[in-house]
Amino acid sequence: MVHVFLIHTLRATKAEEGLCRVLYSCFFGTENSPNDPQPHGAERDRLLRKEQILAVARPSLNQQPQSSDDPVRLHESPCGAFRLTAGDPFQEPRTVVWLGVLSLGFALVLNAHENLLLAEGTLRLLARLLLEHLRLLVPTANLLLRADCIEGILARFLPHGQLLFLNDQFVQGLEKEFSAAWTR
Amino acid sequence: MFTTGAESLLLQAREIRDEELGKLCTRVCALLRKEDWGPDALDALRRLFLIVSATKYSRRLEKPCVALLQTTLCSPTCPEQLQLLCAAVLREMSPSDSLSLSCDHIQNTRQLGLVASVLLAQGDQQQVRSLGQRVLKVLESRQPEGPSLRHLLPVVSKVTSLAPDALHEEQTRALSKRLGDWLRYASVQQGVAHSSGGFFSTPRARQLGPVTEVDGAVATDFFTVLSTGQRFTEDQWLNVQAFSMLRAWLLDSEPGGSGAPDADDKSELEGSTRSVLSATSTASHLLPPQEWLREKAFEYCQRLLEQSNRRALRKADSDLQKACLVEAVLVLDVLCRQDPSFLYRTLSCLKALHTRLRGDPAWVRALLPVAQFFLHHGEAAAVDAEAVYQHLFTRIPAEHFHSPMLAFEFVQFCRDSLPLFGRNLGVLRTSFPNLFKFLAWNSPPLTSDFVALLPSLVDAGTAVEMLHLLLDLPCLTAALDLQLRSLQAASERPPWDVSIRAPGCLEAFRDSQAQGLFQHLLRAQASGTVERLTPLYRLLQPLAGCARVVQCAEAVPTLLWAFFSAVTQIADGALASELALLLLERSDSLYQAPGYEAGVHRVLSSQFPALCKLHPPLVVEHAKELLEFVGGPRGGGHVLTSVVWAIGEYLSVSWDRRCTVEQINNFFEALEALLFEVTQSRPSTTLPKCPPQVITVLMTTLTKLASRSQDLIPRVSLLLSKMRSLAQSPARGSMPGEEDAGAVRTRATELLNLLKMPSVAQFVFTPSVEVSEPRYHRDTNTALPLVLRTVSRLVEREAGLLPG
Repeated sequence: MVHVFLIHTLRATKAEEGLCRVLYSCFFGTENSPNDPQPHGAERDRLLRKEQILAVARPSLNQQPQSSDDPVRLHESPCGAFRLTAGDPFQEPRTVVWLGVLSLGFALVLNAHENLLLAEGTLRLLARLLLEHLRLLVPTANLLLRADCIEGILARFLPHGQLLFLNDQFVQGLEKEFSAAWTR
Repeated sequence: MFTTGAESLLLQAREIRDEELGKLCTRVCALLRKEDWGPDALDALRRLFLIVSATKYSRRLEKPCVALLQTTLCSPTCPEQLQLLCAAVLREMSPSDSLSLSCDHIQNTRQLGLVASVLLAQGDQQQVRSLGQRVLKVLESRQPEGPSLRHLLPVVSKVTSLAPDALHEEQTRALSKRLGDWLRYASVQQGVAHSSGGFFSTPRARQLGPVTEVDGAVATDFFTVLSTGQRFTEDQWLNVQAFSMLRAWLLDSEPGGSGAPDADDKSELEGSTRSVLSATSTASHLLPPQEWLREKAFEYCQRLLEQSNRRALRKADSDLQKACLVEAVLVLDVLCRQDPSFLYRTLSCLKALHTRLRGDPAWVRALLPVAQFFLHHGEAAAVDAEAVYQHLFTRIPAEHFHSPMLAFEFVQFCRDSLPLFGRNLGVLRTSFPNLFKFLAWNSPPLTSDFVALLPSLVDAGTAVEMLHLLLDLPCLTAALDLQLRSLQAASERPPWDVSIRAPGCLEAFRDSQAQGLFQHLLRAQASGTVERLTPLYRLLQPLAGCARVVQCAEAVPTLLWAFFSAVTQIADGALASELALLLLERSDSLYQAPGYEAGVHRVLSSQFPALCKLHPPLVVEHAKELLEFVGGPRGGGHVLTSVVWAIGEYLSVSWDRRCTVEQINNFFEALEALLFEVTQSRPSTTLPKCPPQVITVLMTTLTKLASRSQDLIPRVSLLLSKMRSLAQSPARGSMPGEEDAGAVRTRATELLNLLKMPSVAQFVFTPSVEVSEPRYHRDTNTALPLVLRTVSRLVEREAGLLPG
């Protein structure tokens, strides 16, 4: 079960200054705190969620970057995973799987014990679909104003955070469906 | 890809003023009110989403706007793109008190899914439960082959994971039965393809034939996620979704919660009686729903195991086979835990699977769940899984250390399975050189896991060897790098490859003299011997600046802390002695990565006194080595400071009866010479200025030694006066800074004062062991602060009587 999907910027080298920008994030359901006697204000909950996302994006910056001269070969893009302990920043322990493609990072925040092979495969699939349909390799491309496309892809390939076992033909079928709905 | 144009767009969205946002909202309202679903609405909603999501602080949207977003979301005519954006904006604003969205009247399952995503983001358990009820009602009311049920199953899965009590028991049972049906009885014919027909022919539906396996053959048995075809029917979709949510459902829907001890006891009893029945599956249609689902899940997993043996035609399918295999093993693990009657049937096929997988490096990641299965169930089935662990720990890390995902999973497996290892923990412990390869190659994500793992890995027999390896970890990183490169063909290496620039490195790897050392460094298991790797440091020097080596060097101090805190729990006197000597020896024998020596010295300088505290006689036992250390050439001041302090503290008869006056005198002379050396020498570019801590600790230690061998008191008094005058003089060659000089002056004065009363000095500097008792400090006759105050007053009075 995926809790958060996010897209953020990556620095090309460790020496480069610059903040990490979260370009897109999607929470699938919230964490409950059933033992919490005091209900938090709605604003505070939202702020907490945003801070949690930022806390996830930062460690990914320290990972080994990909050289920008190579053509984008998705199956060779750097990929990794790390553990977040309970309370920091999410209430329960989580695992984060990330994928770096040129200057973008894609990350999935999962339960502590998940099928990481499936998560990795899903993340690569999402990255490929987003790169293709948003045409992110074109220098003037911009995913900030294309949230509907990202949402459409997530709704089909990661519905409500459910990782799906999709073989190639299923993926093609879903892709055709998506392209047909988005040609307008 | 992320140009400055986009950066400025993000900043604009964050800084947009409320009036402008209000104008945008009005525009959105106008467009949505008249149901203008054109590109203007799309553009406006996209901008609205960006503004709402760009900042972590909430944005206020006017009530009419929010209401219209909700209406549009539920509208039957609105295109999907706009509905997705409305849902996304509402979700981004969650949790929100002004939401009046309800799922009760929506019939379209796709819309219901969208509304669900907004409701689930509110964080309200009650809403989650009522959403679950509504979705289940829709599920139950539809025909099994009805359209678009696949939008609903993920919602059910999410609801049960967020609120396990959202569904009643009968509902859970009913859904379990249906899940079992979808898993086992999906159609094996491909879906119908509708061709629109040409100019002269009528549109007709074509039957495409049966589904195929991933290797192209016609399907031999029931439909699974590894069955392919050109078109899929609705029930085949449900099959895929049912399997995707199966494991979580099995865990969440167990009565009494997963892992409840009562459930286990009960099922063991039932399992033993049912094991006779389960041999024949004809009785399965009489099973209650939970057991029905488990039986179907079992058959599904068996089929997947068989299907994973086929050679997939497409790479994506091959990757999916591996993921399916892992999932199948994980589901079988859950099934056997819930119902031990499955164990008998599962063990034999998993053993066969393990044999098949271990020979194929492409399937290495699937070995971990298999090993975990044997760990969970091996005891119950009296299976000796030692061969599995041997293979896992001795072969896998050496061959696959460079795969970041495998490294992560492997280390997690070790951590999670620690309580279950039992007598197999020895295999884990002796394999620490192999485990450290993961750490050396990619330290940042694994450091915290290793810090948690170290206490279990540390063992009195291998502690010394482990410490050597930890200190050599960056060297191991460099050696692993070389090993990888030497396995690659020369033509594959990119032009920026260091080994091409510094070919000597790779040659060194093949050097026959260094071979033995490299083999020792790259060993798979603890060898029980220790080798000096100093020749390798020189050979591997060109790689010291590599990113991986630098990362590893930064992580080592943390690991050393963890190691020492673990080893001090179990070390006896002899081990503490050995480790202390190791510290001294290695403090100037380290691989020269940038910043590495400084970081390591900081840890070593605090651990040496800790080891001495554990076993105080070691100072006397190893007086010779300590004298050599103090007298010989040394690097940084930290380690020296702590060694000198330890000498002062523990070189006395009260800690070890074998301490002789001669030893004290020898140390005194050596330290005196050292003090002269550090204070007289001129600071130069190669010799850094001596930190005042070194001087003060030397003075204190000399005083302590003098208090124990009172013939030395005149010598030390002379020395201290000299130091004091040196600190006061303007020439102060090696003592820059007023505070530093002041500190030295103050300390020298204090020590001189104390020495004026030798018996008091002895008491202060060599307190007996009872000093740590509280009585010593409460009793006014023996309390140390009182004594010191008295001494100071006496001395001052005496000084006042003397002229000048």
